Amino acid sequence: MTDTTVPDSVASMIGVLQYEEEAEFPVERGYFWNYCSAAENGNPLFWDDEVAAELTGGPVAPPSMLSAWFRPHHWAPGRDEPKVPLQVHFDMKEAFGLPEAIMSDYVMTFYDPVRPGDRITGGQKLVSVSDVKSARVGTGRFWVIDVEYRNQDGDLVGVETWTGFGYRKPDQVHEAVR
Amino acid sequence: MTTTIRPLLLGDVHVGNEVPSLSYDVTATTVVLGAFGGRDWRPMHHDHQFAVERNGVRDIFLNTTAQAGFFERFVTDWTGPTGRLGRLGFAMRSPVFPGETMQIRGTVTAVDTDDTGCGWVELDFVLSVDGAPRSTGGARVAVPTTPDDNPWARRGERWKP
Repeated sequence: MTDTTVPDSVASMIGVLQYEEEAEFPVERGYFWNYCSAAENGNPLFWDDEVAAELTGGPVAPPSMLSAWFRPHHWAPGRDEPKVPLQVHFDMKEAFGLPEAIMSDYVMTFYDPVRPGDRITGGQKLVSVSDVKSARVGTGRFWVIDVEYRNQDGDLVGVETWTGFGYRKPDQVHEAVR
Repeated sequence: MTTTIRPLLLGDVHVGNEVPSLSYDVTATTVVLGAFGGRDWRPMHHDHQFAVERNGVRDIFLNTTAQAGFFERFVTDWTGPTGRLGRLGFAMRSPVFPGETMQIRGTVTAVDTDDTGCGWVELDFVLSVDGAPRSTGGARVAVPTTPDDNPWARRGERWKP
């Protein structure tokens, strides 16, 4: 692979919000406790209503569970197959014909707190695509994708930034994308 | 504020300070609770046979949200509840399995006040098992500049994570 250019079809996606969708359920407090329990996180902000009221004006979700609000149910009526998260990532694999991919870095940036009852909407945005690079696992491209999360008032509550590397192994010359 | 918990203040922190380490014995329950707590239903985080046969690893392993939860706890165990995360990022280089004891260590890399007066601490951290790094990352957390300051009260232009 020697191509170092980004096709117009991909370049036109950069900076454009796609796949905007509302979460399948409103933010609920029971999940705060499940999440904190898993890491034995005793931060009183999530367990003590007086502390939450004093510091944040009421209960807030642990910031780092940002992505949880947008993950689909394992099953729902009328759904035959699981929904694919981070569709733009799979779009990039398809666009460049790269059969393998890994996520190399993950950053969450937190804005307004997420609160019980919030209806979160997520949208994906391709931020950048690299030239062709060679790495230990193979040859391909890095891409950066932002997932923006907003509440029912349109306020930004957080952004996830994923860095993916789509690649082809040295012996994977003509294998189909999967 | 009337809370009796003494918050970490910006003046308490200096570049090079070590954040108190967090050690945790990972079990299969840890893995499953962490994945389901973050609504990650993928089988490699709860189905041993799937993890071994399809992923080629020796057991189920901690997922992204499980590690995120431990990293958040690591930071706010240190800052107390007035610490407000602005940013948290990490890369998982190799899996963490049941039966392993993970240790998270961190070092302060920057201490600053932004143009709105918000106090920020930045730190790098490493999750390791038997001294070998498995995940590396960093955090940017706002902490009060005075006992009466509260980063959680910031909104809009006064919050620059």
